[in-house]
Amino acid sequence: MPNMNPKKMPMPEQDPNVRNKNFDEVTLGYTPEMAVEEAQRCLNCKHKPCISGCPVQVKIPEFIALVAESKFLEAAAKIKETSALPAVCGRVCPQETQCEQKCVRGIKGEPVAIGRLERFVADYAREHGEEKPVQPAANGHKCAIVGAGPAGLTCAGDLARMGYQVTVFEALHTAGGVLMYGIPEFRLPKAIVQKEIDTLKDLGVEFVLNFVVGRSETIDELFADGYEAIFVGSGAGLPTFIGVPGENANGVYSANEYLTRINLMKAYRDGADTPILHAHKVAVVGGGNVAMDAARCAKRMGAEEVYIVYRRSEKELPARLEEIHHAKEEGIIFKFLTAPLEITADENYNVTGMKCQQMELGEPDESGRRRPVPVPGSEFTLDLDCVIAAIGTSPNPLIRTTTPGLDTNRKGCIVADEEHGITSKDGVFAGGDAVTGAATVILAMGAGKRAAAAMDEYIKNKK
Amino acid sequence: MYQILEKKTLNANTKLMVIEAPHVARKAEPGQFIILRVTEDGERIPLTIAEYDREKGTITIIFQEVGATTMALGQLNVGDCLHDFVGPLGKASELEGLKKVAVVGGGLGCAIAYPQAKKLHEMGCEVDLIAGFRNKDIIILEDEMKAASTNLYVVTDDGSNGRKALVTEVLKELIEAGNQYDAVIAIGPMIMMKFVAETTRPYGIKTIVSMNTIMVDGTGMCGGCRLTVGGETKFACVDGPDFDGHLVDFDGSMRRSAMYKAQEKASVERHECNLMKQEVK
Ligand SMILES: Cc1cc2nc3c(=O)[nH]c(=O)nc-3n(C[C@H](O)[C@H](O)[C@H](O)COP(=O)(O)OP(=O)(O)OC[C@H]3O[C@@H](n4cnc5c(N)ncnc54)[C@H](O)[C@@H]3O)c2cc1C
Ligand SMILES: Cc1cc2nc3c(=O)[nH]c(=O)nc-3n(C[C@H](O)[C@H](O)[C@H](O)COP(=O)(O)OP(=O)(O)OC[C@H]3O[C@@H](n4cnc5c(N)ncnc54)[C@H](O)[C@@H]3O)c2cc1C
Ligand code: SF4
Ligand code: SF4
Ligand code: FES
Ligand SMILES: [Mg+2]
Repeated sequence: MPNMNPKKMPMPEQDPNVRNKNFDEVTLGYTPEMAVEEAQRCLNCKHKPCISGCPVQVKIPEFIALVAESKFLEAAAKIKETSALPAVCGRVCPQETQCEQKCVRGIKGEPVAIGRLERFVADYAREHGEEKPVQPAANGHKCAIVGAGPAGLTCAGDLARMGYQVTVFEALHTAGGVLMYGIPEFRLPKAIVQKEIDTLKDLGVEFVLNFVVGRSETIDELFADGYEAIFVGSGAGLPTFIGVPGENANGVYSANEYLTRINLMKAYRDGADTPILHAHKVAVVGGGNVAMDAARCAKRMGAEEVYIVYRRSEKELPARLEEIHHAKEEGIIFKFLTAPLEITADENYNVTGMKCQQMELGEPDESGRRRPVPVPGSEFTLDLDCVIAAIGTSPNPLIRTTTPGLDTNRKGCIVADEEHGITSKDGVFAGGDAVTGAATVILAMGAGKRAAAAMDEYIKNKK
Repeated sequence: MYQILEKKTLNANTKLMVIEAPHVARKAEPGQFIILRVTEDGERIPLTIAEYDREKGTITIIFQEVGATTMALGQLNVGDCLHDFVGPLGKASELEGLKKVAVVGGGLGCAIAYPQAKKLHEMGCEVDLIAGFRNKDIIILEDEMKAASTNLYVVTDDGSNGRKALVTEVLKELIEAGNQYDAVIAIGPMIMMKFVAETTRPYGIKTIVSMNTIMVDGTGMCGGCRLTVGGETKFACVDGPDFDGHLVDFDGSMRRSAMYKAQEKASVERHECNLMKQEVK
């Protein structure tokens, strides 16, 4: 008899007023007992609607059934059949719009906590001696991966398992992409990401860090070095600024810079070499996961007042529900239907505030969401010493400007077919944010996975 | 990886190092830079590629010890390794087609200007090199600069060597004397570059400056290095570091460079304190 509790088993968390002063993980994960109890809520539906909501088709009812039987290692193996980074996805997937949205238990109550179970299983396997992978026999072919984000890592892992000699070229001094430099420690502990990278190294994947493709070497030069197929997973790292006066004042950051200083450069630690502004009153402009992360970091860096300034209403916030909920609990103040007009600064060019304007929702725009329009005479000013722009990113121009024959669209995204990641340039495959623009971890992983299969096909057919 | 093969002291606080970095050496061009980290937890700092040797796979850097990271770098010796070293970053200087150029270097800027002067000289371009220093004790690379220029003008603020003058005075005299420059290349402190740009503006001579803004990644990802050029926001690490000096908002960039002054000072104090502890042991 399934557990008919309409609510998900809650996951233990740090107290909001404690956690908003530290960088330790917010949510603490299920105990085995909690996981089993939650797993018993699954009805093991025959037509498996949940799977259709998952971009990589994790075998959800099957792994959950194993959890219900306390076969946690077997459950982990089941997930790993289709997903490379479950410890990551269990934590950061927007489950409410993917797998859990399709769960039948969600019709009358809360859906099964698929994400939390996935995380539990992956953590359990990591902590209870998951076996080291054995390096497969080499097939004598070389592939290169550009960028060590989730797309590149997934592609590298799959190719390595097929026996390819894989080299990952990464511009930064650390592999992991956004998982390392963007998403904060309190949401995704870096040790978990590092563990996944170490697993790839055990599989024989070579990482060349501090290597900027397009500068250190071009794609064509990598082909000349003997790589037979190349996957570009270079992400969408170029920040967009707000486009209002005063934007270059001291104290205005892109979310990328603010988060990089904190996550990658550890500026939150006392005595860190990389400096960061310890602001008192911070406004983060934007409403996605990036904005929530920046706001919650600012709070943890000691800011007394942190605002999220978003030009639409709460309903349109693109961030994961859990992040919005956590941000509110931690004391982040939401200013909905608010748009920035100007950032003001003192004579030393330090930020003093931001002029804003109230908005109301008008007719739907091309994205189908109602377009915010200004309310006349509604201007007001927030007193601030820091403004963080979290309104989006686009692909960096480095690769497209140094790779003749590689087509990109007008947004600068690489043009690649969704099924295989095939680009306009022979032997070059692409996926993840570099193709879609800023999206999600699981979509990037799915693209990396499909491209690996296509690259294998390509190399086999070449001879 | 990234081993220090050679180390020279050029003056009391300026050092030269030759680093093993074949990936960087293969593609380096004058005007480009690298980003390094001294230690695993260290910050990322940009330094200009002063020279490169493609055969040996080496890069030469010249740096002034101005704060915690450059001081920590200066402590390292031949045989030690840097934790990270990435490049070549930034756009190479556009030197093609120049026939006669004035290169103006201020202090350490001379080291940064040197590779451009050298390349121009090798291309057969006439190079008037104006090198300004505070006093004779900090003059660096005098022989190298002589070899890389047609005419070398060394000036000091206090007259302790060469002429007592500002680089802008010498530049103005040379222009007034009828020298027709295709371009003026100015590299040094922002305030010096600003005044060089003001000097050439009335004559309409193309003036290229090298913007040393604060950087983190150096790949266009953070926007921390941004500056205003002709009313538009540019990223120094990918759009530069060279820009048209007549269009750069120097005042804005100078203020941005001072953003972390207090924290940088605290960092130096921590660093010195650590050194003391090491010496006591
Ligand atoms: C702050 C933040 C929070 C987020 N939160 C979530 C979330 O909760 N859930 C979710 O699903 N998604 C989230 N995302 C989005 C998600 O992280 C991305 O969609 C995903 O990381 C894209 O993966 P990718 O592999 O395509 O690119 P990236 O992760 O961006 O990795 C690209 C890598 O390529 C490297 N690179 C770039 N150019 C070059 C070059 N020329 N040569 C060599 N290397 C290069 C980069 O340094 C980087 O390491 C978030 C993003 C951010 C910024
Ligand atoms: C493209 C470029 C090329 C450069 N080339 C050289 C060179 O060849 N030789 C040389 O000696 N210096 C060079 N610099 C400047 C050098 O990067 C700084 O002196 C160095 O970062 C100072 O670090 P610090 O910790 O020792 O000093 P700090 O005390 O931390 O800083 C001293 C001053 O240096 C600047 N600075 C601090 N951090 C950075 C940073 N991350 N990036 C850039 N500037 C910073 C700030 O204006 C600061 O006030 C260059 C800078 C740029 C942008
Ligand atoms: S990978 Fe993401 S979408 Fe798929 S089942 Fe796991 S949490 Fe859900
Ligand atoms: S839809 Fe929900 S209840 Fe049905 S199998 Fe999937 S997770 Fe279980
Ligand atoms: S240093 Fe980060 S964008 Fe230039
Ligand atoms: Mg410093």
